[in-house]
Amino acid sequence: MSTASVPLPNWITYGLIPLLNLALAFLISGLVVWSIGENPFEALRLLVDGALGRGDAIGFTLFYTTSFIFTGLSVAVAFHAGLFNIGAEGQAYLGGLGAALVALALDHYVPWYVTMPFAIIGAALFGAAWAFIPAWLQASRGSHVVITTIMFNFIGAALMVYLLVNVLIVPGNMAPETRTFLEGGQLPKLDWLMALFGLKLGPAPFNVSFLIALVMAFLVWVLIWRTKLGYEMRTLGISPTAAVYAGIPYSRTVIIAMLISGGLAGMMALNPVMGSSARLQVEFVGGAGFVGIAVSLMGRSHPVGIVIAALLFGILYQGGADLSFEMPNITREMIVVIQGLVILFAGALEYMFRPAIVHLYLRLKRA
Amino acid sequence: MKKSLLTIIAMAALSTTALAADIKPALVYGTGGKFDKSFNEAAAKGAEQYKKETGTDFRDFEPTSDTQGEQAIRNFASKGFSPVVAVSFAWTSAMEKVAKEFPDTKFVIVDSVVNLPNVRSVVYKEQEGSYLVGVMAAMASKSGKVGFIGGMDIPLIRKFACGYAQGAKAANAKIEVLQNMTGTTGAAWNDPVRGGELTKNQIDQGADVVYAAAGATGLGVLQTAADNKKLSIGVDSNQNYLHPGSVLTSMVKRVDLAVYNAYKDAAAGKFTAGIQANGVAEDGVGYALDDNNAKLVTPEMKAAVEKAKADIIAGTVKVHDYMSDKTCPM
Repeated sequence: MSTASVPLPNWITYGLIPLLNLALAFLISGLVVWSIGENPFEALRLLVDGALGRGDAIGFTLFYTTSFIFTGLSVAVAFHAGLFNIGAEGQAYLGGLGAALVALALDHYVPWYVTMPFAIIGAALFGAAWAFIPAWLQASRGSHVVITTIMFNFIGAALMVYLLVNVLIVPGNMAPETRTFLEGGQLPKLDWLMALFGLKLGPAPFNVSFLIALVMAFLVWVLIWRTKLGYEMRTLGISPTAAVYAGIPYSRTVIIAMLISGGLAGMMALNPVMGSSARLQVEFVGGAGFVGIAVSLMGRSHPVGIVIAALLFGILYQGGADLSFEMPNITREMIVVIQGLVILFAGALEYMFRPAIVHLYLRLKRA
Repeated sequence: MKKSLLTIIAMAALSTTALAADIKPALVYGTGGKFDKSFNEAAAKGAEQYKKETGTDFRDFEPTSDTQGEQAIRNFASKGFSPVVAVSFAWTSAMEKVAKEFPDTKFVIVDSVVNLPNVRSVVYKEQEGSYLVGVMAAMASKSGKVGFIGGMDIPLIRKFACGYAQGAKAANAKIEVLQNMTGTTGAAWNDPVRGGELTKNQIDQGADVVYAAAGATGLGVLQTAADNKKLSIGVDSNQNYLHPGSVLTSMVKRVDLAVYNAYKDAAAGKFTAGIQANGVAEDGVGYALDDNNAKLVTPEMKAAVEKAKADIIAGTVKVHDYMSDKTCPM
């Protein structure tokens, strides 16, 4: 009997195996750190301390986490419908345009809580619109969504640079970015939430969009596991032919799944654009769309898993930057190596330990 | 005498550290990374130079994103580093925020302007330096076509392109200037392969001198030009040594001096805030001449470029700045 079909209790599948993978990734990373002549334990301490040691460190970690939750959810929703959306980067970029246009239009007149719902809608609409064309091409022409979405990332980047350099730029300014939003166009920081735990947020841009991300995680769970549409999407994801045979409209489901996916990616823009820099900048997404793929894979496309995986990547991002700041020998390329190892072991090699654990589990159960 | 004495007193009163105090210098690079053989590496060289002369060590950081850049600048400031030099316009808004939070720390931003009492903004008249190498390119070209390859399509790089075109046309009114930008994302600064492809394309169209203003992407431009036995022009650092006999010259932008001077001034208590605009007259930009390209630069070329330089300094030649009105007369 193959070990793959042996059912394991959830605490092993979702608890022990990821932890083992993570431990192995850190062990190999430690060897790399050791080989360049630094103390791996000190490096680990700096990484954890840099990500979780102080109020502002936690604030930065959660700031990155927020972005990764959005993009992770985006990838996951498409994934449930059997679509591999690797265009979250571009959809988030365009979402930033939607959020920024709302903020620029309203910030003079209304407070942030009036701007916010419109900004959410704006970001989601623009993100969804950017996902629509690849979705339509997939649904009606069979053009593979992997190819079209990644191509749309580049078209999106070109469009945004054109707009920022020629249209939205503040005249006479060197940096291609919009004007700074007034208070009415900014999402407030969550210092009160940190204060509940006796922590001081300091300059960290941890803001309201974190709460929006958590609400979206819940809504995605409802969508996927508690609605008819979610059922249709999952059926389509497991077997498109069976889904069509069962009367699930293929084109409609593909397009709707991609629109939701794009909308979630677009909402990611709320965090950096309105929550942190208060202006639309070139390249503000900074790879979060691609991290979303890793987050979704690691989180097994389940909202709870995604939140946890996003937190892990937030820790790696913030702690990694702090580590390379404190240990100049560890360059930013080294940090990428460590992040890569975590993705490799926790994502790609997720089943490496499984056969051994199954044997062990069966033996223990018999005993 | 009296006047200079007064100046000294005024300066001593203005500066927070009147004595040649020990400084804790820091340097934050652009996202291109420290070893781009170009802009960021020039900044690193300035800091190394200061370290060599004074023994004062410096700390540096290579951010990978905008948020990280702001964090790095703030980290340095909060740990007592001063002056904190940030190279790249990308840190403009970060610098604005952090400099307000640490009014006693001295900051320097290169390639952008931040109007705060503790920030020195160092900007360059890249159009003037590009004009000079444009003159040389047009004179060195036999085909009557010269090329320009920029990094990311942003106003700063259009400023390089516009100065270059003006210089080339000034030397040869009939010259044709081919222009390409590498891309629209930050990756355009670090894509030597695409730089090489664009160069190949321009060479196929007849260009025989190609000017790269594209950070590390330029390495591919220089390589391809050398492989095809054509000429190229480097940027920011002196890149003549990369392919001796093929790199016609380099448009040097003395970012190293900006860093070096910031540290030196701070240590001597002479740090001043405000805008420093460095053009040809201030030796902030110029063309590079050394053993590696001595054979490529003919005496006429040298005479012409020196004349252009003198004319710019004297004000008889005004190089149009793309940034001033977002248009290029060429």
